[in-house]
Amino acid sequence: MIEIRNVHKTFTRKGIAIEALKGISLKVEKGDIFGVIGYSGAGKSTLIRLVNYLERPTEGQVLVDGHDLGAYSVKELRAAKKNIGMIFQHFNLLESKKVFDNVAIPLVLLKKSKEEIRKRVTELLEFVGLSDKAGSYPNELSGGQKQRVGIARALASNPSILLCDEATSALDPQTTRSILQLLKRVNAEYNITVMIITHEMSVIQEICNKVAVMEEGRIIEQGSVLDVFGHPQHLTTQNFVKTVIQNTITPSVQKTIKTGTGSRICKLNFVGATTTEPLLYEMIRANEVKVNILFANTTEIQEKTLGTVIIQLDGEGAEMNKAVSFLKSNGVDVEEVDPHVLDYSNR
Amino acid sequence: MFSTTVTGEQFLTAFIETIQMVGISLFFGSLLGVPIGILLVITRPGGILENKAAYTLLNPVINIVRSLPFIILLVAIIPLTRAIVSTSIGTAAAIVPLIIYIAPYIGRLVENSLLEVNPGILEAAESMGSTPFQVIWHFLLPEAFASLILSLTTATIGLIGATAMAGTVGGGGVGDLAIVYGYQRFDTVVVVATVIILIILVQGIQSLGNTLARKIRRH
Repeated sequence: MIEIRNVHKTFTRKGIAIEALKGISLKVEKGDIFGVIGYSGAGKSTLIRLVNYLERPTEGQVLVDGHDLGAYSVKELRAAKKNIGMIFQHFNLLESKKVFDNVAIPLVLLKKSKEEIRKRVTELLEFVGLSDKAGSYPNELSGGQKQRVGIARALASNPSILLCDEATSALDPQTTRSILQLLKRVNAEYNITVMIITHEMSVIQEICNKVAVMEEGRIIEQGSVLDVFGHPQHLTTQNFVKTVIQNTITPSVQKTIKTGTGSRICKLNFVGATTTEPLLYEMIRANEVKVNILFANTTEIQEKTLGTVIIQLDGEGAEMNKAVSFLKSNGVDVEEVDPHVLDYSNR
Repeated sequence: MFSTTVTGEQFLTAFIETIQMVGISLFFGSLLGVPIGILLVITRPGGILENKAAYTLLNPVINIVRSLPFIILLVAIIPLTRAIVSTSIGTAAAIVPLIIYIAPYIGRLVENSLLEVNPGILEAAESMGSTPFQVIWHFLLPEAFASLILSLTTATIGLIGATAMAGTVGGGGVGDLAIVYGYQRFDTVVVVATVIILIILVQGIQSLGNTLARKIRRH
């Protein structure tokens, strides 16, 4: 659906070249809700603007539906853009036009008939739940309502892709949720592929099925949201995951841990199917080890459960090794942790 | 003490001449100036039709015309005036330099108004695959409309000032009346009356512009 192939983007400001993207490759499949997360300055805004060619790559290719956008003529590119809707952090609605006319704009540009426009706009306003606001001006609306207008406008020309540029970053948490639910419906009911950039991990957790983590113009990690949340490899990713999932022992519990020889502390990550099996029980039955649970937490992502359990194991060295390999062989991600260096700073 | 040789009829004629000069030159000045302003905005670096050659040519030309005081422009372009209206005296002869004087001024004012439009709006327009004409017509101009009204108000008031000098080529108007009768014949009444007329006119136009702009901005 969307394929970005080894894209570099360099901006030149006052003679100084700044490389915003340093070799990005990613693939968004049809029906995905693909999230790109990163701190500000990571290059994610530039990345999403490549997909509708608001920014042209300095090097590399951007393919939409198998067509290289760079190979299009100006006219073909304009036509291709009608197939890609976009919503913005600050909504970018026309303050001088009523809600109805804002939503109608893409259809006016397509020179649709008045009757067709009226029908489509009415339908879209109903979809986003703003039928009663058709005659209002944007400055009479709340932030969430403005973004709903933005979504309706982006959908007017019946696109197959929707790009969301920090679409919820200017909204409060409750409004954010309702907008995310709306985007989920856009994806499900209209079968529109959604690409979202954000700096909030909760956005990714709530609606994305795939995620790419960006840092300094590069993608440092990407995959299914469940995998990335379950096994974050990179420090930045781990820090992002920590913002939505608690996975470390609380300080008061940490103080009570007595360690010595014959005691190991392990962090177990259960992803998906492994959460439904009584694995800890079976491990204890099969091996001569004592288990003390120091921390446990489950989170739901993509209708699957992600569990984190931190246990203290006591027993013979060989028995403990057997216990750990039993868990590993059953698909549990086991990570040895030193309780004295557990990191709380980024929580 | 309050006696004057100027009749009410003369005042009326002068007033009509002023309105004529301002109205006609504002119309043609806008016809030239608004596209100039649009061109400046779209061809500037980072504009939707960035064109360095056009921008670097247009920009100094506007500055050159704008740096000439109207009274000098009026005399300097007499051959051009004659070529266009086949006379170099009278109201029609004053209108040609008035247009040339006001068009670049309107161009600058329009440029400023259009630059106030939120760049995010233009980005949205571009994301919808708008043609440059559509960006201007459906996004840029409607969003800048209130500000454009205020710009044209400022231009109109500038024109009223310039018409006072139209007397130099026999253009007539209220300002001319004040100079010929009031100043040269020491007729204080005419001067005072002219000043009052001009104040009312300028105040009226400014209020009208403000009201219109407020009405458009209300939503």
